[in-house]
Order: sequence, then C-alpha cells, then structure tokens
Amino acid sequence: MMDLSAINPILFVAGFLVAATPLIFAAIGELVVEKSGVLNLGVEGMMITGAICGFAVAVETGSPLLGFAAAAAGGALLSLLFAFLTQIALANQVASGLALTLFGLGLSALLGQSYVGVKPPRLGDIDFGPLADIPVIGPILFTHDIILYLGIALVAATWAVLKFTRAGLVLRAVGESHDAAHALGYHVKRIRTLAIMFGGACAGVGGAYISLIRVPQWTEGMTAGIGWIALALVVFASWKPWRLLLGAYLFGGITQLQLNLQGAGVAIPVEYLAMSPYLITIIVLVILSADKSAAPASLGRTFHASQ
Amino acid sequence: MNEKPLLELSGLTKAYPGVVANDDVSLRIAPGEVHALLGENGAGKSTLVKMIYGLVKPDAGRMQMHGTGFAPAEPRAARAAGVGMVFQHFSLFDALTVAENIALGMEDAPKLRTLSQRIREVSDTYGLPLSPDRVVGDLSAGERQRVEIIRCLLQEPKLLIMDEPTSVLTPQEVEILFKTLRKLSAEGTAILYISHKLEEIRALCDSATILRLGKVVGHCTPSETSARDMAEMMVGTVLKTPTRAGKTPGDVVLSLTGLSAKSPSAFGMPLREISVEVRAGEVLGIGGVAGNGQDELLAALSGETLSAPGMIAFRGRDVSVLGPTPRRAMGILTAPEERLGHAAAPDMSLTENAMLTGAARENLDRGGLLDWSAARSFAERIISTFDVRTPGPGNAARSLSGGNLQKFVIGREVLQRPDLLVVNQPTWGVDASAAAAIRQALLDLAENGAAIIAISQDLDELMEISDRFAALNEGRLSPPRPAQGLTVDEIGMMMGGAHGMEVAHV
Repeated sequence: MMDLSAINPILFVAGFLVAATPLIFAAIGELVVEKSGVLNLGVEGMMITGAICGFAVAVETGSPLLGFAAAAAGGALLSLLFAFLTQIALANQVASGLALTLFGLGLSALLGQSYVGVKPPRLGDIDFGPLADIPVIGPILFTHDIILYLGIALVAATWAVLKFTRAGLVLRAVGESHDAAHALGYHVKRIRTLAIMFGGACAGVGGAYISLIRVPQWTEGMTAGIGWIALALVVFASWKPWRLLLGAYLFGGITQLQLNLQGAGVAIPVEYLAMSPYLITIIVLVILSADKSAAPASLGRTFHASQ
Repeated sequence: MNEKPLLELSGLTKAYPGVVANDDVSLRIAPGEVHALLGENGAGKSTLVKMIYGLVKPDAGRMQMHGTGFAPAEPRAARAAGVGMVFQHFSLFDALTVAENIALGMEDAPKLRTLSQRIREVSDTYGLPLSPDRVVGDLSAGERQRVEIIRCLLQEPKLLIMDEPTSVLTPQEVEILFKTLRKLSAEGTAILYISHKLEEIRALCDSATILRLGKVVGHCTPSETSARDMAEMMVGTVLKTPTRAGKTPGDVVLSLTGLSAKSPSAFGMPLREISVEVRAGEVLGIGGVAGNGQDELLAALSGETLSAPGMIAFRGRDVSVLGPTPRRAMGILTAPEERLGHAAAPDMSLTENAMLTGAARENLDRGGLLDWSAARSFAERIISTFDVRTPGPGNAARSLSGGNLQKFVIGREVLQRPDLLVVNQPTWGVDASAAAAIRQALLDLAENGAAIIAISQDLDELMEISDRFAALNEGRLSPPRPAQGLTVDEIGMMMGGAHGMEVAHV
C-alpha cells in the first residue's frame, strides 16, 4: 500500500533542484541560439555527446571538473558541425539539427563502449559551513555541487546580458532581422556561430550533469529526451530566461515527485508516472505561452548576404 | 560650386554577373549641398550609394573625402568617416524599441538612458517628434523613417544619403522631412538624395546627377529644369503623357450602398457607410492619407472580406457575400498595394503567379488540372505587352525590381479584360516611364468600357487619370466630384478638412 509519509519534503525539494539542472543548461543554451535566429534541433545529440565526453575525461583524469570542461568542449565541437552546415553550407536548419541529434547519439554510443559499468569520480558539494545547518533551508539550498549553482547563475547572467548589454542587443537584433543587422554592418554569421557554440557547450554540460552527478554512470541514450524537453521549454517560456527556469523546476519537481511516488508504491502504473513530467510540463507551458509574439522574427531562416 | 568638395567620386565602376551596375561614374558633392541622384529603376543609384556606405566594394575608380582617399571596407568605417544612410527599405528591428534600434546603428552608443535623452533633444531640434521607448513595430512608416534619420543625425554626419525617403510618406510627413533636410543643409551637412519624384527634387535639391543604365548621362540644376526635361534625361526618350478621350460614362457597373466593414487587422481602419456608384468607362480616383481605409476598401471589393448582403452590387447583382474567386469569374479584378506577399507570391515564378489570379478567366485549369503551357504563354503575353524586364516567365517574382513587378501585377489583371478593376497604389515606387505606361494602360482599359477604381496617395496621378475624385478619411468616403478643375484646397477639404492634413502644393 502507498505510504506518502515516506516522502521527505526536504530531500524532495533538494532532489528536484538536481533533476532540473541538466534541463536548465540545455535550455538556456538553446535560448541564446534561438535568440540569434537559429533553430538547432540537435540539443539531444549535443547533450549525449557532452555526457560521454565529460564522463570519459572525468574517469581518466579523476577530476569531475575537468570532465565538465571536456563536456562543454565536446558539445561546442559537435555544434560547430551544425554551424558549418547551416551558416556556411546554408543547409536547412531543421534537417541539420535532426541529423546532429542522430549523429550525437551514435557517436556517444561508440565513444562510451568501454565505460559501461564504470563508476565516475564524485564531485563534492560546496561547503557553506554553518549555512548548511539552517533547518529546512540549509539542506535544500546549501548542499549542492558547484555546477548546480552555476546553472542558476547562468540563467541570471543570460537574462542580464540580453537585457542590459550591447552584446545582448546585437544578438537579439541579429535574431530579429538578419538583413537589417547586416545592413548596419554586423557580422551575422560570426555572431550566430558563436551563439551556436555557446548552445553546444551548455548542452554538453547539461549532459555531463546527468552522467556524472544525477545518475551517475554511463548508459547509452541516457539523456532520454531531456534535449527535446529543453527545445519545447524555450518556446513555451516565450524566450524569457526566468520563465525558462520556472519551467525547468516544474519539470524537475514532477520528475522527482513521480520517482518518490513510485518508491511509495502508489497504485498507478509506473508508465503513467514516468510520462507525467513530460505531459504536465508541456500542458502548463502551453497554457503559459499565450504571447507567441516573442519569437525572434528571423528564427530558422537562412541568412545569405546578397547585395 | 567652386567650393572644395566634401565627397568626390571618380570613375567608379561595379559589375555584377551579366550587368554593369555602375560604369565610370563621377560625382562631386560640396558641404551643405543637396544633391539629387536621378535615374530609372535599375539605373545603378542604389549600387552607387552602397559603395559610398561601404556595403559594396567598387571594381575600379576611387572616392575622396575632404581631398583624401576614402575606401570604406564596411558600413562601420563609412559611419566613422561621417557618412549616414537612411535606407529605402528600412533597416529596423520591429521587436526592439526606438532607443535600442538607434543604439544598434551607433559606434559607441551611450547608456540607454543617456541615449533616450539625446534622442529627445535631437527630435526637438529638428522637429521630428519621436518617443524613444516605443516599440518600432507599432510605428507608422513616417515614424520609422524618423528613427532612421535620428539614428544618422546622432552621429553628426557630414554626408547624409537618403534612398527614396518619401515613397512611404504622407504629404504632411514629406513637409516635415524637407524642413529637417533644409535645416541640416544650412548647418553644412551635405545630402545625397535619391528619388523618383521630380517635383520634390525641384523643390529641395541644389544640383542633380542623372544616371541611365549605370552611366552618368547629365547634370542639371533642378530648380531651373522642368520635371519633364529631367524625366526625359532619365529615360532617354521623349516621355508620353497619358492621354484619354473624354467619353460619356456607360451603365452603372458597381454600386456600393452603405458599405461598412470591420477591419480584419487590429491596427486597421473600419469602413463606415460608403455609398458610391461607378460606371462603365469611368475612372474613379480615391485619395486620402494612408491608413484611412484604403486596404480595407480593396479587401471588401475583392472579396477577401465579405460584407453584409445588399452592400455591394455588381451590374445589379448582389455580390456582397461572394468570395474572391466567383467575383473574379464575374469580372471584378483587383491589384492590391503590397506587391510581394499580397499581389504576388514572392518565391513563385511569374508563370505560377499568372496562374494564381488568371486561372478562372483565362481558362488555365481544366477540371482541376493545371494547364501550365497556357499559363506560361499568358505570363509571356503580360511580359511582352507591359515591357516587364525579366529573363523569362520562369523567374521568381522576388527577383524582379519593384517597378517591373508592378507592371507585371497590373498587366496580369488588365489582360484578363476586367469589367471592374480596383488598383491600390498602382505606381508606388515605380519610375517615371513605367508609371506612365501603367497609367496609360488603365486609361485604355477605361476607354474600352471597363470601370476603374484607382486608390492612390499620389494626388498628381489621381488628377491625371481620374474622371471623378473622392477621398477616404477615417473609413468614410467623401462624395465624388468631377476631377477636372478641382483645386488643391478643395482636395484638402475632402481629405480631412481644416483640422486634417495639409496637402503638398502640387
């Protein structure tokens, strides 16, 4: 019989912060890419590539932080392939993104063959000293690794850069009208390539967070669709960083809740519980995303400088 | 013009595959001079100014600014050297605010708050009212242009390039613009002004250079040269003024009775109680400031928006609730204002575009199967009859210049032998000779017994072709009056009365 008292609310909240982190990284990276006017459907492929790159380097060097750096590099490197296809070869963005996902899944499976069953080194939590001893708040907020905090900081930084800095303004301008930006003398392709690489690096870190911290082990296809949720999240969050963070927590919360419910033996088939985070996140975000006007006007359009 | 020139171009040449856009072009502009660059569509004006602005590199020739070499590699360098440019197709970002748009066009943009302050100062100084916090997507065409002008002015340019600045402005806004430009010129800023509108050039410019097929074919002083002479220099032949034989109008073709309609778009103007009759062989000209119901009237007549029964009668038959296809089949044809996206599908070929509106009346489809060879010969007929300059009917509509595409979309309707043809801005952005050809085609059509409704913002054009004139104001149509002998004051009263706009003196 189910026993809801088995769910510890403090562990539950702390758990969903962890569950949401991969999604935060992947989605905030894609948000920047889309703000520059590029639709990269290869998030899932870059995540899984990041997951194995990070995992392998962490295992080989014994340093999880080096692992995360390698994950960022791996994701960015793979995204360069996408940048080459779409910005230089002027290939269709949707097709290139899908190809990138399929390629990433295959590549990661190949790279990861010898890492199945290996245990990665653990990244320790940050020591906040007495802060961690505060009742309730301490265990929820101050018992995590540095990457989790970095994710939240990245959302804040993305918001601030987009809103307050010239670099952010130029990025938005390129996504809004690449022809006008070109006429003003901005380098549309260069800016977009940089954005794509940033997105790749973020997705890579998000993937490594799954393989190094959340799970932590390597299995083929372990990102399990988080990349696709990230893509949906960007759209439904109307390209707004804070709303994106909220959506990610909602998803993380329900993921954690369904795991806890499974553990508590609730009389609902496991399959329904397992699909619930995806379903509920999408429903809530569809309701929230009333203003469609927020989409960058040049999103997904190929830019070719012609006189 | 003995002053030391601000900008001197000598022997500039630029060739694209298959066409020499500029051939040995030389030009001098003195500080404070307002210099007009004249030419038909495709004469090479845009290419020339793009070279000055660093968007295109010349193949040969050199440019000098203040007597020293000037070869901007990119717009940034040109801006740093004191060249500002206001684009024909606005280079603005709809989703961003006025201040953000302006910041994007500046080298070292100050903080947004400081910038907003400076935008207010400049807009006060030059009489260009503009609020820095508004989102550009909500602005009118005239206001958008102000954004571009202020963006240039904030950088204190020595040379301001304006590419067809008045083609989207109301007469009122043109007056404001000219005041600003005269003030700038008095302060020593040189202005290079591109336009088709010769009367404007006569009113504003100190000197003019005329381009034809990429070559300089002449210079003149606009205030001392007639518009007709300038037009003939541009075209290279003697210009024909559209002619018409005065003819008594025939039966009533279209009658509108209390036509009212909500606007389909949120920012549009509803039509209010429009009643008018148009007879066979008659041209009814409809003037008015843009946004007073022109698009909505065209949509109501074409059948894009349906009306309540009894409002629109065609040859005595109520067509109010019929859609565009049955109306086309009956002989009501329309050519909307927006060429790309409304009158023509930009990425489809001319043959496909000919098929799109011509299918019903030209029998281009049989039992649902498309007859492409008939469509192609129909497109070819349009191209040859209306002198559309394009390699062939297989080319995409987007690849045509504005004037050529306009000839195609008007020609496409004219050749379908309409009983009623409704055109909106038939010669917008079209050069003098093409405009004359289009107007002549409309008059010939009327001569052969069709009824024409010509909606336009160009009062000269309406006076030239209309038998009767009416004005749209806030969705209401004034009672039509015979066009002949109508004075500017009377037209002004029809267009909005004393509290409305002031009409440019034609």
